[in-house]
Amino acid sequence: MLTISNLQASIGSKEILKGINLEVKAGEVHAIMGPNGSGKSTLASVLAGREDYDVTDGSVIFEGKDLLEMAPEERAAEGIFLAFQYPVEIPGVSTTNFLKTAMNEIRKYRGQESLDAVQFLKLMKEKMKLVNIDQSLLSRSLNEGFSGGEKKRNEIFQMAMLEPKLAILDETDSGLDIDALRIVAEGVNQLRSPERATIVVTHYQRLLDYIVPDYVHVLYKGRIVKSGPKELAFELEEKGYDWIKAEVETV
Amino acid sequence: MTPNQPNNDLKSKLLADFRTSEERMNGASKSALHQIRREALNQFDRLGFPTVKHEEWKYTNVNSLVKEVFEFNASSEITLEDLALLESSRLDGNVLYFVNGRYQPQLSKIVSPTSQLSITTLADAVKTMPDLLNQYFAKYADYQDNAFTALNTAFAHEGVVIKVPANTVVEAPTILRFVSDARQVNVASQPRNLFIVDKNAEVKVAESFRTLGDQASFTNVVTEIVMAEDARMEYYKIQNESDMAYHIGTTQVYQQDRSHFYSATVTLDGGFIRNNLNIALDGSNCEAHMYGLYFPNGRQHIDNHTLVDHRKPNSHSNELYKGILEDRATGVFNGKIFVRQDAQKTNAYQSCKNVVLSNDATMNTKPQLEIFADDVKCSHGTTTGKLDEEALFYLRSRGIPKVEAQSLLMFAFAEDVIKKIKIDPLREQIERRIQAKLAR
Repeated sequence: MLTISNLQASIGSKEILKGINLEVKAGEVHAIMGPNGSGKSTLASVLAGREDYDVTDGSVIFEGKDLLEMAPEERAAEGIFLAFQYPVEIPGVSTTNFLKTAMNEIRKYRGQESLDAVQFLKLMKEKMKLVNIDQSLLSRSLNEGFSGGEKKRNEIFQMAMLEPKLAILDETDSGLDIDALRIVAEGVNQLRSPERATIVVTHYQRLLDYIVPDYVHVLYKGRIVKSGPKELAFELEEKGYDWIKAEVETV
Repeated sequence: MTPNQPNNDLKSKLLADFRTSEERMNGASKSALHQIRREALNQFDRLGFPTVKHEEWKYTNVNSLVKEVFEFNASSEITLEDLALLESSRLDGNVLYFVNGRYQPQLSKIVSPTSQLSITTLADAVKTMPDLLNQYFAKYADYQDNAFTALNTAFAHEGVVIKVPANTVVEAPTILRFVSDARQVNVASQPRNLFIVDKNAEVKVAESFRTLGDQASFTNVVTEIVMAEDARMEYYKIQNESDMAYHIGTTQVYQQDRSHFYSATVTLDGGFIRNNLNIALDGSNCEAHMYGLYFPNGRQHIDNHTLVDHRKPNSHSNELYKGILEDRATGVFNGKIFVRQDAQKTNAYQSCKNVVLSNDATMNTKPQLEIFADDVKCSHGTTTGKLDEEALFYLRSRGIPKVEAQSLLMFAFAEDVIKKIKIDPLREQIERRIQAKLAR
């Protein structure tokens, strides 16, 4: 589904990603872990098409298409979804109104008919249950005055509505208490299917208790320095990142 | 005035016009009203058109206006079909049309019974209600220091006098539609309005300014609003003029105890615009709400000057102006608040927020607070910035194309002010026009 080869990206003159290689197949869940400043969020942002970063080398092929050639909205329409670490507050735009616009733009891109108000509402009601989000929250300005947990649930709600092929969760666990974490994780798990893939970017292992990955990758100084099965996450939790850093430095 | 003044031509033409019309007046030139006109003309003669050296006109240069040649009160063969081109909203209420400054009874309709609302053209009021005019006319809008108000006062012949009797709630809105028919020649008009809202009366009035055709137009309008104790008023000024339009307008509001004034000034289009909104809170426990929205593009220039004068204790004023500027547009916001020594327990808030979409667009903001009382709550804030890039990326990452995402954000920004318009068909029409302008 997704093939990242030698991806290099920088912001200004600062190199952040220094050659990422990653293969994600349909149905898989990959966790990307690593200490602060290792480039995890940059990787998520570059995949979603944030324009602050310059991709200096490498390629990203998504379902046979060159992802890096596409605008953020095209990537979304192709089936990529980024759950933001810091969801943006947008005064005056309700979640409902914005999601309806987004869904119909994506449908237009795919040559599908627009959803009418009734169909949209029905779908919304169904997905709201997934993340236990209240309708009154959705008719308010997008994320404005939402608690940290409400913002993250809103991200997962949007993901449930848009049904992406590849979901990228950027530090979705940050700022969540254990109950909110469980709700968010359940939402993600219900969307798991053989056709879809998920990349979970996280600093801590605790989210992975709920969203169990097939593979764990450790990102350090802009490179994936170690990959392994889900047990690698436990090891990291137990021993921290220092042993990885030491391993890298000796090589 | 020396002959090499840049504004000499238009000015001397206006002075000459005044003399000519005065000669035709015969006996009427001795009326009290005309004495005011003459005094105002002398003031205009003395003041001349302002230059950018004048503090109040620093960012708004009227030089190109005074160089134009206009036909004042030009005749127009306007028809209902022509008006249809303007696609104005249908309002259930009193609709009065003025074309190039002249009242058009055949296009207008007055539905409110006279027991509720007296609507008279200024031309008629001069004949039928001289006492009322003597009491109110030109008693509020300053023609001593403001050249354009002086000019308007000197030439005050057409416009509307509205009087709402005490304890009357007028449900039907009244809309005054001022159309510049600039299809043939450059045209100019100077409407003069007077609204008197008596004790505990309530009324809604909108003034709309439109242009037909591509020639230049100049509108110099003055509206005086007098609100007695417990009076309530909604006042809207909607401008949708051409790029060749010059508009200088002053709305002067005078409020007595417990009166409640609520206004929105929306400028969708217009080449060169200066709006003055001056409110004198000469009573206690008054409220004044001022909302504004301006959306210049191309080389349009839109200047909003507001002045709130708190003269008595316990009143509240609240102001929110928002602007979106594109291309090479320029905008000005100047908000003055006076709190006089007697005006203890005043609450005065002012906010001006702008989004500048292009590097070539300019916004000048200047809040001015002058507070002479010690027990007051006042605040002001202005922001000018670009569209929020983070918000834009967020919307795009959900599949909304860039242009649509920008429109969505700008509309949300504008909506804050649009939703303050309480006359539904008017608000809906403005929403459609803004959507259309955003989609361009």
